[in-house]
Amino acid sequence: MSNSIGEVEGNEVLFVIGSNATEAHPIIGNKMKRAVKNGSKLIVIDPRRTELAEMATLWLPVNSGTDAALINGLMHIIVKEGWHDKEFIETRCTGFENVLEVIEQYPPEVVARITGISEEILYETAKLYTSTKKAGIFYTLGITEHTTGTANVMNLANLAMLTGHLGIENAGINPLRGQNNVQGACDMGALPNTFPGYQNLSEVKNIALFEEFWNVKLNPNNGLRIPEMLDEALKGNVKAMYVMGEDPVLTDPDANHVKKSLENLDFLVVQDLFLTETAKFADVILPATCYAEKDGTFTNTERRVQRVKKAVEAPGECRLDWKILSEIATKLGAKGFDYKNSEDIFNEIRLTTPSYRGITYKRIGKVGIQWPCPTEEHPGTPYLHKGTFPRGKGLMIPVEYEAPAELVCEEYPILLSTGRMLYHYNIMTRHSKKLDDIRPYELAEMNPVDAEKLGVKEEDFVRVISRRGSILTRITITDKVKPGMMFMTFHYKESPVNELTNSAYDPITKTAEYKISAVRVEKVEKVEKELELAK
Amino acid sequence: MKNITLTIDGQQVIVPEDYTIIQAAEKLNIEIPALCYDPNLEIAAACRLCIVEIEGSHKLQTSCSTKVKEGMVVYTESEKVVMVRKELLQLLLDSHPNDCLTCQKAGECLLQKYAYRYEIKFKDHQGAKRPKLIDTSSPYILKDNSKCILCGKCVRTCNQVGERQVLSFAERGYDTRIVLDADQTFATSKCVSCNRCVAVCPVGALIDKRQLGKTRVWDADRKTINCKVCAYGCEFEVLSKNKKNIAIRAKSPSNGRPLCLKGRLTTELMNLDNPDTPYRKIGGKFVESSWAKTLGLSDIMEKIEDVEKSKKSD
Amino acid sequence: MITFIMNGKKVEVKEDISILEAARENGVDIPTLCYDRELSIFGGCRLCIVEVEGSKKLVASCSAKVREGMVVYTESERVVKVRRDILDLLLSNHPMDCLTCEKSGECKLQDYAYRYGVREGSFKGERKNYAIDSLNPVIERDQSKCILCGKCVRVCSEIQVTSAIAFTNRGFNSKVTTGFDKPIDYKNCRMCGQCITACPTGALINKQLKGIRPWEVKKVRTTCPFCGTGCNFDLNVKDGKVVGVTPNPDSPVNGKSLCVKGRYHTDFINSPDRITKPLIKKDGEFVESSWEEAIRLVVKSLKDVKEQYGGDAIAGLSSARCTNEDNFVFQKMMRVALGTNNVDHCART
Repeated sequence: MSNSIGEVEGNEVLFVIGSNATEAHPIIGNKMKRAVKNGSKLIVIDPRRTELAEMATLWLPVNSGTDAALINGLMHIIVKEGWHDKEFIETRCTGFENVLEVIEQYPPEVVARITGISEEILYETAKLYTSTKKAGIFYTLGITEHTTGTANVMNLANLAMLTGHLGIENAGINPLRGQNNVQGACDMGALPNTFPGYQNLSEVKNIALFEEFWNVKLNPNNGLRIPEMLDEALKGNVKAMYVMGEDPVLTDPDANHVKKSLENLDFLVVQDLFLTETAKFADVILPATCYAEKDGTFTNTERRVQRVKKAVEAPGECRLDWKILSEIATKLGAKGFDYKNSEDIFNEIRLTTPSYRGITYKRIGKVGIQWPCPTEEHPGTPYLHKGTFPRGKGLMIPVEYEAPAELVCEEYPILLSTGRMLYHYNIMTRHSKKLDDIRPYELAEMNPVDAEKLGVKEEDFVRVISRRGSILTRITITDKVKPGMMFMTFHYKESPVNELTNSAYDPITKTAEYKISAVRVEKVEKVEKELELAK
Repeated sequence: MKNITLTIDGQQVIVPEDYTIIQAAEKLNIEIPALCYDPNLEIAAACRLCIVEIEGSHKLQTSCSTKVKEGMVVYTESEKVVMVRKELLQLLLDSHPNDCLTCQKAGECLLQKYAYRYEIKFKDHQGAKRPKLIDTSSPYILKDNSKCILCGKCVRTCNQVGERQVLSFAERGYDTRIVLDADQTFATSKCVSCNRCVAVCPVGALIDKRQLGKTRVWDADRKTINCKVCAYGCEFEVLSKNKKNIAIRAKSPSNGRPLCLKGRLTTELMNLDNPDTPYRKIGGKFVESSWAKTLGLSDIMEKIEDVEKSKKSD
Repeated sequence: MITFIMNGKKVEVKEDISILEAARENGVDIPTLCYDRELSIFGGCRLCIVEVEGSKKLVASCSAKVREGMVVYTESERVVKVRRDILDLLLSNHPMDCLTCEKSGECKLQDYAYRYGVREGSFKGERKNYAIDSLNPVIERDQSKCILCGKCVRVCSEIQVTSAIAFTNRGFNSKVTTGFDKPIDYKNCRMCGQCITACPTGALINKQLKGIRPWEVKKVRTTCPFCGTGCNFDLNVKDGKVVGVTPNPDSPVNGKSLCVKGRYHTDFINSPDRITKPLIKKDGEFVESSWEEAIRLVVKSLKDVKEQYGGDAIAGLSSARCTNEDNFVFQKMMRVALGTNNVDHCART
């Protein structure tokens, strides 16, 4: 997030696109709802009628995967009406002309046709967003989980730069990050192309720097991203994998492809709390500790580094993750893994990661510190890009609309979208009996029109079939989804939705198009028999 | 000493042969409820709450008084045991006032703890309840007979100190009660207000009056300290609220530590932000007094003043 | 700034704050049942009344603002007498159930009864008698213990902004309930449990913490392991086990708020499904092994692949659920010990 969670309630306009915050980020969702209750205006762009959509000043139920066209259309209107921030563009951005050239091609009538949103509403939306400086964009995986994910994000940046909604309080571009420490894992360089602190492998000086830190010769080539790892495993080029606390079989697209890749490995080690679907493919499983059993830090979506504190001993022979890794690294002959405790590691993080340099366990204290925090005197940074961007001037890169990789057709007439829901979080919460008792099984959302056509009732079983697989699930009938659309979560291994999803990727981030796959739905006559077969 | 192997609730444990079942269970972290049992006192086996089922034995046995035997198989929470415990607790509650709302002991009361554990509640009934005989004569201890469950811990702990031995049982059957000397009050008896009885009472029958109304256990921060008056170093807890030390609490007088009034008052004076006035017992009455007099320091302080004065004049 | 006299002492406070807030700032504890700093003012319980010189009536300090030169008494004889009467009335229509009530130890009604020495309700007559609603897995609702302070209603509408519950009926029959008086479940409620935190009595209980007395737990503040919001809360630990979660008001992001996952997830920590020993697959079956053997096998296998095919034939998935420290060591292990940059995590899912 460029800005802070605490600023949400100060936004006069909330521009929420592809984010079901009240379910996926409930506490942030509450703050948005409270802002609306106290008079802020809310724009919600989402094909589903989410809880926020119900409260919205303007709800834009766009056709799935047409976000780029929509944003271009909004920019077209803004420039045409002269609502853009000329001074901000002049002094802080470059590339405006290029963008101008592209958005010229997106007049309201064209955009309305692509997105399914009327010209009038497009106009209203553009007007509302530019009516105040205190207008923040909030997005989640509804923007990124498309083959055009990166382009979508760049286009939101274009929109914010065009209108000068950056570098000030109660505004900005705010991705709500999905996982507790996804921000931290990226900061720590658990990525194939950067060292800790986003110090890119492509720059020779960074490699030299880390070779000096770690006193070892480093591999200068970018590594593989998850989908590439799996593809290469299937091809036989990747022979061994080490998986810590992830379950790609359940969470990655096209599960059958993932399973085949893992089966093809010579050696797989999984370090986890439970016997996950992925762990079933392992040669060795190492029992790890959960957050309540370890000391350390998480970094949240607003870049706030906070403490994790050990409350209880781990059960049985479970060991701390970093201890297991350090022992293996040492036995592999590496030096520099003789850490005494988590604080010891954090001190090395500070040394190697400029934005964490000023943060210490002691300073984190009760409220945490938001990076960048370069020195121990620095108070941390609640919002980014004040006065300048890291690269100097903000670069505006034009984005063209491209249709999703898979479209509905006669054989697969229903558009399936996937995501999270309130009562579960990925896969771990299924092991909490309390939470599982509230929502013990998948309830795929289906519009009453489609349900009637199919002849199914609430909580009936259906079979959902895509080009890649077929699964059983119960349904709930609701007009939260449009006719011709379905929504499922990926929490249930009994209804593993990722056997259906499309592994078509965004070319840059390799994020899959979880939000769109074409499926067909069949009524299930003999449920018991089918369930038996599924076992 | 020989070691004995026995099985409690399906788990094997090896203990010395002089252990009782309740001690062996403790080694397995199995908590058998007990009201009259205290490892520092002689065994009374009166409350019967610690009964357990032993394979091969018809009757339920009190685990506080039954020694371990080789190969013994014990169940501490069997259906039968739990049923009897529930009945025992219900009987106790039936003649106990429903006063947890304001009872000083709430939060550290064993009767409350076990009633909660076994889900027993007060019930309305027409029968008799223990009469409300409250001894308010002392500024240090409040004795409420209506809350007494006759576990006898107070009597036993009082009798452990040779020159005290003030408390005893009186009368029989439903009229049984705990008395001081020959049915005297705190004021008129030879009680020295050492608070040993208060520290061991499992319910709200004996209360430290200087803590009364100030805070209950959940409301205060607690810090354990040792008394500095004599070599025994009895343990006390300093109770604080909003960063102010408001009361002192004597901990159970284990390990031969005797507890005494002088130690407690000195600890109060040293630690509390705003200690209450001290009292001395004079002629069968508690009388407000100065700290110097109560702690027996008057002579010493006079002497100190004299010495300092004479030094200055030199 | 405003100067006024409270309990005989001169006090200086900001303008436009209530007498209650002024008192709390100055360490004077005025009892309240329906007041919460984060919620709108209700003025319903009347327990916070104080005496103001020149005013005939007692004043509810939560809703009365400070005025220059006013003279306030927070514990005068008259005030205390009225507070006792209010408590007496509340207790007269409240079950005498502290012995086994789950709220005992953090119940405001119990604490104030103790503070003002009100041992029981003296008004005999009809009492509320509602069935307990315990059909859902996490919240137990006993309306017989409800004192109608309305905090749950306000927290649900003002903080959670869901408005799942509201007051219904009038007078003696007033009660707080869901639409159409249905049992609480995920269809009419988001199950966040913020009402449980707000409730001053035993009317709303976290079922997960049943059987655990608040004074028996140790609290350890930590950060939630679910979404990227980064809420903080206190893990409640008893006998070396995590038994539940209570909010920690100092949390920078969420304050006292929690969602359904943050509040109730902890039983996964003690799940019997946890793997507690290293497992090695032998002939298609997982067999328990020692750490030594497992690590030896991992090291040997990785070494073999590295020597035969090079480090880039090994790939590692780190975790967005693990700590920064774990992730740092993971990528360092991949880069330094295995000589590959094939490290990634599910930032994209």
